[in-house]
Amino acid sequence: MLGRDLAILIIDENKLRAAIIEEGLREAGHDSVEVLHSVKEAARRIVESSPDVVVVDLENPGRDQLEHFFSLSRALQKPIAMFVDTSDAAAIGAAIEAGVSAYVVDGLRKDRVKPILDMAVLRFNAYARLKAELDEAKGALEERKVVDRAKAILMRQRNLSEADAYALLRTTAMNQNRRIVDIAQSLVTAAGLLEP
Amino acid sequence: MTKFRITAGFLPLLDSLLLVVAREKGFAAGQGIDLVLARETSWANIRDRVAVEHFDVAQMLGPMPIAANLGLSPIHVPLVAPMSLGLGGNAITVTAALWARLLDAGAPGNLDPGPIGIALRKVVTEGPARLRFAVTHPYSGHNYELRYWLAASGIAPERDVDIAILPPPLMADALAAGAIDGYCVGEPWNSVGVASGAGRIVTTKSRIWAHSPDKVLGASERWATQHPEALAALLRALYSASLWCAEPANQAEAAAILSAPAYLDRPSDIVLRGLSGRLEVQRGETIRVADFFEPFAHSATFPWVTHALWYYSQMVRWADVPQTPANARRAAQTYRPDLYRAAIASFGAALPTTDRKVLGPEAFFDGALFDPATLAG
Repeated sequence: MLGRDLAILIIDENKLRAAIIEEGLREAGHDSVEVLHSVKEAARRIVESSPDVVVVDLENPGRDQLEHFFSLSRALQKPIAMFVDTSDAAAIGAAIEAGVSAYVVDGLRKDRVKPILDMAVLRFNAYARLKAELDEAKGALEERKVVDRAKAILMRQRNLSEADAYALLRTTAMNQNRRIVDIAQSLVTAAGLLEP
Repeated sequence: MTKFRITAGFLPLLDSLLLVVAREKGFAAGQGIDLVLARETSWANIRDRVAVEHFDVAQMLGPMPIAANLGLSPIHVPLVAPMSLGLGGNAITVTAALWARLLDAGAPGNLDPGPIGIALRKVVTEGPARLRFAVTHPYSGHNYELRYWLAASGIAPERDVDIAILPPPLMADALAAGAIDGYCVGEPWNSVGVASGAGRIVTTKSRIWAHSPDKVLGASERWATQHPEALAALLRALYSASLWCAEPANQAEAAAILSAPAYLDRPSDIVLRGLSGRLEVQRGETIRVADFFEPFAHSATFPWVTHALWYYSQMVRWADVPQTPANARRAAQTYRPDLYRAAIASFGAALPTTDRKVLGPEAFFDGALFDPATLAG
């Protein structure tokens, strides 16, 4: 088994995250990486491709089902254990904290598997950061839309130019010590109430 | 005054009731506990988060801590079960198509597992398609009671049918899609299957084995040893919650609390069916099952060593584990009535005088006996 490239199976319903992990593993020189987006397919693939390492996200409600597949395949093949070394509590804690779990075929050397797990944990955390940034960007976009709508209302109702409408929002916000978006939101809500 | 902060994991099932009520009705606070509840998506997550101490305690399948202590789990952390979280609460639901075939084969509509099992055997024998059932976990009361019922009806679970593993919230959809012919799961997931129009409840856990155990409160042995006062306070809080839940007048409120988005996230009238035992077995037909779910009666929260050994006997029966005196002892020692008795003593309640009992012919639908002494645990 030494020297042979390890077969890695990633099971993640989240396609973006799965891609991020796959990319990380390929960059680290692993060529035999397969991605599944549903546990349903896993039963067949575990038998057909007999992966050495299976990485699965903790949000996946199919984990119990997956472990059952492992126990069924145990009779045919090598047993699959969870993580590489269950005595390494800190590593398991870090993985579960990151939201990832890994199953490893019995008998693999720890130094061969540990980098794969570390990579998965790193990439899960990277995805979590990316998602937080995306959510923030999405929030910023929503805020801009609200401000644009408030400006349009002012331009229509008070016959202002766009620059003057924005200036009015900003001055009001400064005077009331509130955020421009909050002033804009109040204005949009109020306009909505008054509309026929 | 808060003395303890305890984090408990649970799955969205009816028998998370005592944990939820202990928190929401102030029984935990009354014992000085800030009880934090965390909903999970799989039993594997519950097991792992208890192992790495994200959770101090958790709702667990009764056989789960036994399986862990017998080395059947992928992560090896010794667990204890100091309390049961109620009796019953499960049912078996089948597709409308399978129900029609069962009726043709002579099944009565009264949830009686005996004659319904005989009808099921006819259907299985006639074929042609192999029936496929689902349970939530291999080491679960659901799996063992489904197998018990099938086997007692003359159906060999492994030879004659398929038993798949599926998460509870997906079962009703799988039934509607025709991916499975039936499932055995805790409430509210049978009632959800009925409400969707796809399912018919054919029998209940309480009819297969009266007053039978299901979920337990589980903790790592390490946490239980290191935090005896916190654990005892929690057992008292859960016991108080079980008394409150036993009052029929509180059922509607309990259903409303459990139905919240943070807990079961299902309509409270659906949740109430399992709580009250007024089961809608198919759309428009309700059957009253008095002992369907018992949070308090029949020593419902007492962790009988007998129940641990019955689960163990089923693990041996279905070849999960070999029968040895050492294994039987490990299984028996997983349930901890000693911790329960010590914590509950201050209530002055009448507790069972022994930790083991012979389950007589009135317990199982097929009249079988279970004597834990035969396992020498």
